[in-house]
Amino acid sequence: MVNIQDLHKKFGKNHVLKGVDLSIVNGGIFAVLGPNGSGKTTLIKSILGMVIPNKGTIEVLGKNINKSSEYKYQIDYLPQIANFPNNLKVKELIKMIKDLRGKTDLDQSLIALFKLEPFLDKKLGNLSGGTKQKVNIVLTFMFDSPIIILDEPTTGLDPISLIRLKDLIQAEKIKGKTILITSHIMSFVEEVSDEIVFLLEGQIYFKGSISNLKSKTNQPDFEHAIASILQENYA
Amino acid sequence: MPLLPFYKKIMLKILKYSFYDLMRSRWSYVYFAFYLLLGIVLLFLNNNLSKAVITLMNVIIVLVPLIGTIFGVMYYYNSKEFTELLLAQPLKRSSIFLGQYLGVAISLSLSLILGLGIPFVFYGLFKSNAIWDFSLLLITESFLTFIFTALAFNIALSQVNKIKGFGFAILLWLFLAIIYDGLFLMSLILFEEYPLDKLSLVGTLLNPIDLSRTLILLKLDISALLGYTGAIFKKFFGTNFGLIISFVTLIIWVVLPVTRIIFKAKKKDF
Repeated sequence: MVNIQDLHKKFGKNHVLKGVDLSIVNGGIFAVLGPNGSGKTTLIKSILGMVIPNKGTIEVLGKNINKSSEYKYQIDYLPQIANFPNNLKVKELIKMIKDLRGKTDLDQSLIALFKLEPFLDKKLGNLSGGTKQKVNIVLTFMFDSPIIILDEPTTGLDPISLIRLKDLIQAEKIKGKTILITSHIMSFVEEVSDEIVFLLEGQIYFKGSISNLKSKTNQPDFEHAIASILQENYA
Repeated sequence: MPLLPFYKKIMLKILKYSFYDLMRSRWSYVYFAFYLLLGIVLLFLNNNLSKAVITLMNVIIVLVPLIGTIFGVMYYYNSKEFTELLLAQPLKRSSIFLGQYLGVAISLSLSLILGLGIPFVFYGLFKSNAIWDFSLLLITESFLTFIFTALAFNIALSQVNKIKGFGFAILLWLFLAIIYDGLFLMSLILFEEYPLDKLSLVGTLLNPIDLSRTLILLKLDISALLGYTGAIFKKFFGTNFGLIISFVTLIIWVVLPVTRIIFKAKKKDF
């Protein structure tokens, strides 16, 4: 599905990615974890073609993404901070994205699922953070693509919406999709993810299941396993 | 589906959304209302179409580039979120940025053309022989809008820091609208022993503001004001050849920065 080789990215003097190799072959839910500034968002934005790497190759569904935009039809992306054009109404934004990307009918059921009907005629600038995030989720899931990338999907969501999001993610997984998630909420990661990709200082430090991580670090629970990696490297 | 028309279609869609977005913002109305008022006041004070066109030219020749510069920079920085939303979609970067650029440039030109056009048409423009002068004024000013919006987009694309971006954009305007003329005049005085007509011709061609001003002044037939150089200018710009060269230069002034927008947009990290 996604194949990354020797990926390097510098922002000025800041060497963010230092040779990332990552191969995701099957469907499933992969959590990309790491401390602040470890390069999670840069890695994701590289896959999306928003950040242009200095070195290395990225293949999505067997094709090199270099200088292409067509492959993005295969990816649904939920950006980290839901900042939308403030002058637009929710309805207009959804219509615009459909106009640019292609027809879909999934938006109706997603709007119903997240109870967004009362907000459709409101301007995005007037929405609360959580409601914006729900709109963000609708925009992401309405295209039914084989790869889904979620950057901090839980931000601002209330408990009911969080449960709906988890159900949605599971439903997509059953369809055989590849789902990449970044999150700082460890309980959420532990609950949803099949595999962990742990980034540390621009390289992949660990890739495997949560139980592997626990045995590698000799810790009884997930949160402490992560904490022990960080302590080893920073303390 | 053939590829080229597909990208063009996407670009036109983005143009449409940028255009609607701008048409909804009150700044477009302020800009439009300003020109409307300016046109009415000038016609009221001058009581003569030709004279009004000259006064109008003197006012807007520096104002139009300034507005294009400020609007261009402001729109780019303000639509950062919109741009990032589009970047994650399967769209070509060049069509995203060209669409936005054309959206800004076209809506500004439209405010200008409608704002000035309406009072002049009501005053009886179509029955007067000032119509060609007035049309030339609108065409060159639209060119200036396209040129300075493109330059502003270039600066904003290269400069992440908003304040610095604004600063550079204003400096660029200041240079082309005022400082360039000063340097130009100083060099003419400094080298007055040498034959300068070719140099001053080239100097005028290289600055789009000076070029537009010269084109309009010569059309309005007040080249006598410019003395000996004026006669040479008249000889050059007055001919069809000179007119073609002038418009080709203006087109190059649009094409070069637009090419750099495409080039820069392809390499930028978001």
